[in-house]
Amino acid sequence: MKKLTTIMSLLLVMTILITGCSGGKTDTNKKILRTNNSSEPGSLDPALAQGTHESWILDHVFEGLFKKSEDGTVVPGMAESYTLADDQVTYTFKLRDDIKWSNGEPVTAYDFEFAWKRALDPALAADYAYQLYYIKGAESYNNGQGTADDVAVKALDDRTLEVVLESPTAYFLELTSFYTYYPVCKEVVESNPDWAKDPSTYVSNGPFKLTEWIHNAKIMILKNENYYDADKVKLDGIEFAILEDENTAWQKYLGGEFDFLTPLPQAVVAQLKAENNSELVIGGDVSVYYYNLNTTIEPFNNVNIRKALSMAINRQTIVDKITQGGQLPAEGVVPFGMLDENGNEYRDGVGNLIEYNVEKAKELFQKGLEETGFKAEDFSQFSILYNTSEGHKKIAEAIQEMWRQNLGIEVQLENVDFQVKLDREKAGDYQISRAGWVGDYMDPITFIELWESSSSFNDAKFKNDRYDELVKTAKSTVDQKIRMEAMREAEKLVMDNMPIIPIYFYTQPYAQKSYVTGVFKPLNRYPVLTYADMNK
Amino acid sequence: MAKYLAKRLIMSIITIWAIITITFILMHSIPGNPFMKEGKMPKVVYENLQRKYGLDKPKIEQYFIYLKNILKGDFGDSMKSRVETVNDMIKRGFPVSAQIGLQALLIALIFGPALGALAALNQNKIPDYISMVIAILGISVPSFIMGTIFIQFIAKNVSWLPIGGWGTFNHTILPSLALALMPLAYMARLMRSSMLEVLNQDYIKTAKSKGISKAAVILKHAVRNAILPIISVLGTLISNLIVGSFVVEKIFGIPGLGSFFVSSISNRDYTLIMGTTVFYSIILIAMLLLVDIAYMIIDPRIKLTKEGR
Repeated sequence: MKKLTTIMSLLLVMTILITGCSGGKTDTNKKILRTNNSSEPGSLDPALAQGTHESWILDHVFEGLFKKSEDGTVVPGMAESYTLADDQVTYTFKLRDDIKWSNGEPVTAYDFEFAWKRALDPALAADYAYQLYYIKGAESYNNGQGTADDVAVKALDDRTLEVVLESPTAYFLELTSFYTYYPVCKEVVESNPDWAKDPSTYVSNGPFKLTEWIHNAKIMILKNENYYDADKVKLDGIEFAILEDENTAWQKYLGGEFDFLTPLPQAVVAQLKAENNSELVIGGDVSVYYYNLNTTIEPFNNVNIRKALSMAINRQTIVDKITQGGQLPAEGVVPFGMLDENGNEYRDGVGNLIEYNVEKAKELFQKGLEETGFKAEDFSQFSILYNTSEGHKKIAEAIQEMWRQNLGIEVQLENVDFQVKLDREKAGDYQISRAGWVGDYMDPITFIELWESSSSFNDAKFKNDRYDELVKTAKSTVDQKIRMEAMREAEKLVMDNMPIIPIYFYTQPYAQKSYVTGVFKPLNRYPVLTYADMNK
Repeated sequence: MAKYLAKRLIMSIITIWAIITITFILMHSIPGNPFMKEGKMPKVVYENLQRKYGLDKPKIEQYFIYLKNILKGDFGDSMKSRVETVNDMIKRGFPVSAQIGLQALLIALIFGPALGALAALNQNKIPDYISMVIAILGISVPSFIMGTIFIQFIAKNVSWLPIGGWGTFNHTILPSLALALMPLAYMARLMRSSMLEVLNQDYIKTAKSKGISKAAVILKHAVRNAILPIISVLGTLISNLIVGSFVVEKIFGIPGLGSFFVSSISNRDYTLIMGTTVFYSIILIAMLLLVDIAYMIIDPRIKLTKEGR
């Protein structure tokens, strides 16, 4: 018994020894906005970032040549002006003369040249290097054939940056606001390759600077006094907790430990929406939730079958009863919010390309069955493949039931691990699969190009020569009229063939306490907290 | 004793090698890879990544490179984090998980056997039923439900208990409790049955008939013998507790090691899968050895050398 007591007390001592936590104190006089970044960034180096868990922080500590404004357009950021030469591919950016890094050094055109070439360096192996392929020579440098000198980005002097593109790109200015295009401090990065791993060596040029990073727990950014627009930044800093569990995060928001929160649990959004809670904001988004149909296998290679499957889905019911977050039934592959050549809503120019019509669906389905020789019973050997998640499951069940009622078929549901789903999609080892895509920039081509035959995300394996031609047209001119015409035709074409079944357009709901003001959400970005204020 | 330890050490190394090999084979035979994601992945970018992490080399070569590095104590670069190596992740995650785990163990060790002994001494009476209801609840209610209940009903109403996150001792209280319940209940049940068995042994009757006080019989003879089965499960239990629980860490937002066991697999982060597996094996093997030694100290009948085993 004595020995047992000894073991027990040893354990106790060990516990106390390890329990050497420090208390997290926040200065109450400072305006620190507290929120949650749902997962640990894989890196805070702009060249290596690849998702919102990284970009939400980066968008607050860095700034590109252009930046997103409150009304959704892009406005000059680090650049003060630019000219586009008559060849439509040569941009010359003039940088502001009052821009500094957080260490006080001036931001120069050389920093941009260095940053872009660095992101393309095959040895760095950046996931998002392809975002820079618009620049002449970029892709061949990234695949190891070309050299850094062949990449057509060049600093002419401290304040002048010249970029030559592969082909005319109408949305290039918007691209310069994207994180892969952020500059990095040449001097710092060259002298310390590990600069982005430690807040003490981290140097950035945006409204905030990184001051603390406790892995998997917390990221703190404080106001950067060297930022040219610092006068307009009212917050002293932003504290991002790193909490993966949406429900715990929501409880912390309720308990007053967060001032701002996104994403929110689905059920919470539905409830807040039902009670018209003023803390809930349904932020817009440009992304589409859809089902791939594997067009290389029977009977999904039959267009009537594909159209019938789409037509038998009541999307309104799905957004009203299942997703309940203000999502909109899909009207095509391009979500709302993109503008056309006249500055009007792109969608209005194409109209609703998706129909819910049970009678017509039955007719087309019959026709498709006759053409392929399949019977309705045969569909019980096919399944909807989705990655394991409660949300995807509910939608799949609803669609399964709609197809059962409307077409008399019984497809199966198959949930697998995310990586397994991706693997099977790439290999074409599926019949129907769930997918989603968030637009990289505010131009319909970010969606349209996905179903070009050589696209790496064309899992439906759609192949149509006319479509490829239209994508090419839209990607090789800056004449918006020609581009938009081509994209409208392309979207009608893909919806006429229905290799994918768009289901709904996402929203990004967020919650903010009543004392928080000044937050805005560009459609294809996370909410911008830079100009937020708190009046407690 | 020294000879026994040497033998155990060699066995342990062989076991770990076997674990590395099996994990390596299994890991590479599941579909997917660390760089696949929902979205565009141009071939060039993919090949650059494969090359950077040496995945373009033949599997057998990768295996030997891995073995070589592990001998140097290097678990490699995580394929998902460009900030921390696998060693960094283990180094920072383990103390966090171990703290929660040890606190949970302490709670379980204090209350579990006590509850079990109480139940055994009052067999088929009210205290027995109450203890066993607690034990059954503890075993059957999963920790994600317990965690959620704790957050919902305790953290929200007790102002000094944070809802989740990490930083102060107060942050560790609820997760330790949530983690403790299951081992506590398990120990209570184990203690109850072994105590009942011991209480019917002849030597207890002898002790009683010798006129020793009831308290002395229970403490000196019954508990000491009944506690042995608990010691034997401690090795596995401690290892499981100190490497962290995926569920508890996720719900309470704790930056521990537990979450890596699951996330590394779903991310196909090969180096992290190997790192966590090997690290866990080392802990488990060490704990089992410690338990065997502790067993020998507490129960003089057990000898680790020759005739004893």
